[in-house]
Amino acid sequence: MASVTLTVNGKQVTATVDPRTLLAQFLRENLHLTGTHVGCDTSQCGACVVHVNGRAVKSCTTLAVSCDGASVTTIEGIGTPDNLHPMQTAFRENHGLQCGFCTPGMIMSAIDIVNRKGNKLDEHTIREELEGNICRCTGYHNIVKAVAQGAAAMK
Amino acid sequence: MYAFNYHAPKTVRQAATLLAKNEEGKVLAGGQTLLPTMKQRLASPSALIDLNHAEGMTGIEQKGRNIVIGAMTRHVEVATSAVVKNAIPGLAALAEGIGDAAVRNRGTIGGSIANNDPAADYPSAALALNATIITNKRKITADEFFQGMFATALEEGEIIVKVSFPIPSKAAYEKFPNPASRYALVGVFVAKKGSDVRVAVTGAGSNGVFRSKECEAALASRFNAKALDGVKVAASGLNADMHASADYRAHLIPVMAKRAVEKATAK
Repeated sequence: MASVTLTVNGKQVTATVDPRTLLAQFLRENLHLTGTHVGCDTSQCGACVVHVNGRAVKSCTTLAVSCDGASVTTIEGIGTPDNLHPMQTAFRENHGLQCGFCTPGMIMSAIDIVNRKGNKLDEHTIREELEGNICRCTGYHNIVKAVAQGAAAMK
Repeated sequence: MYAFNYHAPKTVRQAATLLAKNEEGKVLAGGQTLLPTMKQRLASPSALIDLNHAEGMTGIEQKGRNIVIGAMTRHVEVATSAVVKNAIPGLAALAEGIGDAAVRNRGTIGGSIANNDPAADYPSAALALNATIITNKRKITADEFFQGMFATALEEGEIIVKVSFPIPSKAAYEKFPNPASRYALVGVFVAKKGSDVRVAVTGAGSNGVFRSKECEAALASRFNAKALDGVKVAASGLNADMHASADYRAHLIPVMAKRAVEKATAK
């Protein structure tokens, strides 16, 4: 067993875990933050994307213990039902989801794109940057629109 | 994933000691290949020696006529580094094309080079740019370092600390990604430094990254895309699988080389 201390959505947590505990598993099973989804579990679909020290990572491909001391932000940490994050608002307004399974990862990746590339994103950039997030419902069209609008609203 | 003992050394020296003590242990860098491999139970190390908390293993600096990159430097940092973009833009562009954004935020240059996946991008840059791989024990030239599929010159207890890239006069990378996995079906890195021209190919060789003598010979007299017209690469020793035949990969090598030279010589 190994000890891990993280700051998750602003709150410090310390736990003793089996070292093979994935960050996604730790968030979902230890902290009950089930907004982070595990889709493919093979590092491809991006449903599990969270921010570690401000950067989007696939939490199904990261050990919780590797993140010891880090600050982690999940979909639960960016807004509340009454006060959505601008990117969440943009997904709602553009109908950027159907089943919603990929949405937490899409939104966390989208915010990371804005952090790296700024508020003015063209369609090509958004599509390239969303390479690691797979949606099986929407055909991406409304997701791309939502990311562009959310990016502009994050100014 | 099978259980393992976990170690988080604070220094490279501690990491090397732990690695020597754990015969079946493995070094964990960004984990973007190792962890999926362990999840599929294709690897079952007895211990993981995690470098994510080791000091002095990240960073990018120009030292004389070389760009020196710490082994734990993430792909995103190489892709966005002003130093790399200025000195070796082809290397920054290569880093920008690895995996996807989340993988680039986590994956490291040292991990990629140590793993020597036959379809990984970085080995082609290291080989074409005539890089030196600096470990906790010694310096190894790229020509000696890459020894076949997933095989390197690294000995037991040896850990990559830095990679030093001599600054070329011209260099660029072009890859033909597998449409599904996005790994290089064929990736070609071309580099010219003085009169020395090196062309390294990833994705195609059944024994990992290699230098294309045919392309190098054509470009030696004239570093120009036209010099590659009519160059044929033999299909023997190339991969054949459901994605592409050896003949197709052989065909793609000069095509990608040509595009890379065009990119490297564009102004």
